[in-house]
Amino acid sequence: MSDALIRVEGLYKVFGKDPASVMPLVHEGRSKDDILAETGHTLGLKSIDLEIAKGEIYVIMGLSGSGKSTLIRHFNRLIDPTEGRILVEGTDVMQLSPRQLIDFRRHKMSMVFQRFGLLPHRSVLDNVAYGLAIQGVDRSSRAQQAQQWLEAVGLSGYGEQYPAQLSGGQQQRVGLARALCTNAEILLMDEAFSALDPLIRSEMQDQLLALQQKLHKTIIFITHDLDEALRLGDRIAILKDGALVQEGTPVDILLHPADDYVAAFVKDVNRARALTVETVMTPAQCCIEGDSVQAALKALEQAGREYGFQVAGRQYRGTLSRRSLEQAPGDHIDASLLETVATVAPNALIESVIPDTLETPGPLPVVSEDGNLCGELSRASLVEVLGDGSRRSAA
Amino acid sequence: MADTSWLREFPQMDRMDLLEIRKTLDSAYREFSRSYGDSIESFFDPLLHFLVWFEQLLINSPWWAVILVVTALVYAATRSWKLSLSVVVSFLLIGYFGMWEDTMSTLSIITVCTLMSIVLGIPIGILMARSDRIRSFVTPVLDIMQTMPAFVYLIPVVMLLGIGKIPGLIAVVIYAIPPVIRLTNLGIRLVDPEVMEAATAYGASPMQRLFGVQLPLAMPTIMAGINQTIMMALAMVVIASMIGVKGLGQPVLKSITNQYFTLGLFNGLAIVALAIIFDRVSQAYARRTQRHSNGGRNV
Ligand SMILES: Nc1ncnc2c1ncn2[C@@H]1O[C@H](COP(=O)(O)OP(=O)(O)O)[C@@H](O)[C@H]1O
Ligand SMILES: [Mg+2]
Repeated sequence: MSDALIRVEGLYKVFGKDPASVMPLVHEGRSKDDILAETGHTLGLKSIDLEIAKGEIYVIMGLSGSGKSTLIRHFNRLIDPTEGRILVEGTDVMQLSPRQLIDFRRHKMSMVFQRFGLLPHRSVLDNVAYGLAIQGVDRSSRAQQAQQWLEAVGLSGYGEQYPAQLSGGQQQRVGLARALCTNAEILLMDEAFSALDPLIRSEMQDQLLALQQKLHKTIIFITHDLDEALRLGDRIAILKDGALVQEGTPVDILLHPADDYVAAFVKDVNRARALTVETVMTPAQCCIEGDSVQAALKALEQAGREYGFQVAGRQYRGTLSRRSLEQAPGDHIDASLLETVATVAPNALIESVIPDTLETPGPLPVVSEDGNLCGELSRASLVEVLGDGSRRSAA
Repeated sequence: MADTSWLREFPQMDRMDLLEIRKTLDSAYREFSRSYGDSIESFFDPLLHFLVWFEQLLINSPWWAVILVVTALVYAATRSWKLSLSVVVSFLLIGYFGMWEDTMSTLSIITVCTLMSIVLGIPIGILMARSDRIRSFVTPVLDIMQTMPAFVYLIPVVMLLGIGKIPGLIAVVIYAIPPVIRLTNLGIRLVDPEVMEAATAYGASPMQRLFGVQLPLAMPTIMAGINQTIMMALAMVVIASMIGVKGLGQPVLKSITNQYFTLGLFNGLAIVALAIIFDRVSQAYARRTQRHSNGGRNV
């Protein structure tokens, strides 16, 4: 089988007095509204199948009421499914005994909540150590570990305070430290940053990404904000009325929305801030090996271009233009012939390279950290992506 | 003509039938108390012993020792010099006006009644909070307990156990326990569901959730319930003196029958003084233990 850490198969959830009685209607494909009107039951989730790989940030996105919280609460069984299976490392969580379930929650998963869910009557340090306290870890060793995680989230001096004394952003850092303190492999985050101010929120996103670089957790992150999803997610799943309408990488979602619902989400996204150069660049059209002016001019002629890139193997050496080559005194290309053109990194945000693109008449070379030429970024492709995206997906 | 008297007069049950019902119920209950009264009484024996011991302890200790201990307890609970000083002054006045012994009796029965109410009421409140079924059953019982005139349930208690301390204690507890139960239930139900979810998500067992999260967070509400319970117990003490509970209630009762206005007033004032002390102390204690929840700020 695949190397999925978490698998969800045929998951259905109906809220109400007698969920089983409603399942035939659900399987007939009746809509959420129909079912509510007819039976008084709320269809929370329908026919969810997904796989989450070890080490990835998997974002679940959807409008409010689309079932995001319901779905994430199935992973640690805060909610039991009406139908379907949830497998974590091959173990069906529905088969766990109450005792095993408690153990599973203590060691496998931890959770961060939208409104923080901190214990108001315990100090910040005790809150961070809560998971360990529950496990019965002795006081001094849990205080030491908690202190370490408080430092990791940048709150080392706050251990003795109570949660109410901290700002929202600080409280959520405590929430994050509490989740990390148990060393659980899976992190569930239900709209963890949604209650925060935009500035603090983006700080927290940075912090999460930085921590993830070091810790390699498997993170399931819920949000209703596509910008956040694009920023954090390795993969994104989109929920609508309890059903999974699209699943894919951020670029997939952005450039190929599966339906109008997703398209509506994507419409308002600032693509310049969401996409990286990599996703927009095209293969370099004209690569010139060697030092000969004549050979270079010929290559430009063949490609029908004004500009070309001088390379040695895959290494980028510089940009050449037809105009300066034609005025070259000899046949040897030296440094004075090279154009002064900025290079851009493949993982740079488009936003950050727009000025360079506008200043340069030709395409920009995309050069990786180790100096390899990865492709080129032309104004045309930039305009195409930043303009109406539907043209591209229709093409 | 048809008989139309039912239009003018309520078509009530035949007098003989009614009498029959009353007789049957009364004699059944009397039968019950005759056969079980003794065993029920002996069931309460340990409690009676404790009550008597505690009352004697308060009465027989030197007055200054009692004031010292009470004041020390008040200071420990509230950390307030003002409150502690008012306690000393009130007790001195009470003693000076010759009500020391009665006040000690009342103090002892109130203390025991409050402890009983807490010991019984909090677990019942917890059960109520856990199950809507239990709540829907307990709530009407509490409503009846609170609205039924206190004299009415004195009757079966006296029939069963006669006159004395234990029946008095039971009557006071029945009258005073509802607020603890109600507010324990309410306090637990008001605990932020997200905090409870967090506890569950981190693998807290039901007991860890109860003692680590629910009870501590419900504590301000529970304390409000305990406070109300104490106030109601004090109010009931006067009525309970009718069935032989010693204390400040008895002189009040005597004043009513003999029209001694001043005696009634003094004893009434002593009850008020106790009430105010209990009220302020329990509130100050509750506030002090809850300081963390707003982090010392006035949120
Ligand atoms: N305990 C519940 N009882 C009844 N309906 C519920 C319950 N929890 C959630 N729902 C319903 O399920 C749907 C999904 O809710 P939720 O998962 O909270 O959405 P989201 O987190 O995406 O905003 C909503 O229609 C909501 O009303
Ligand atoms: Mg939600």
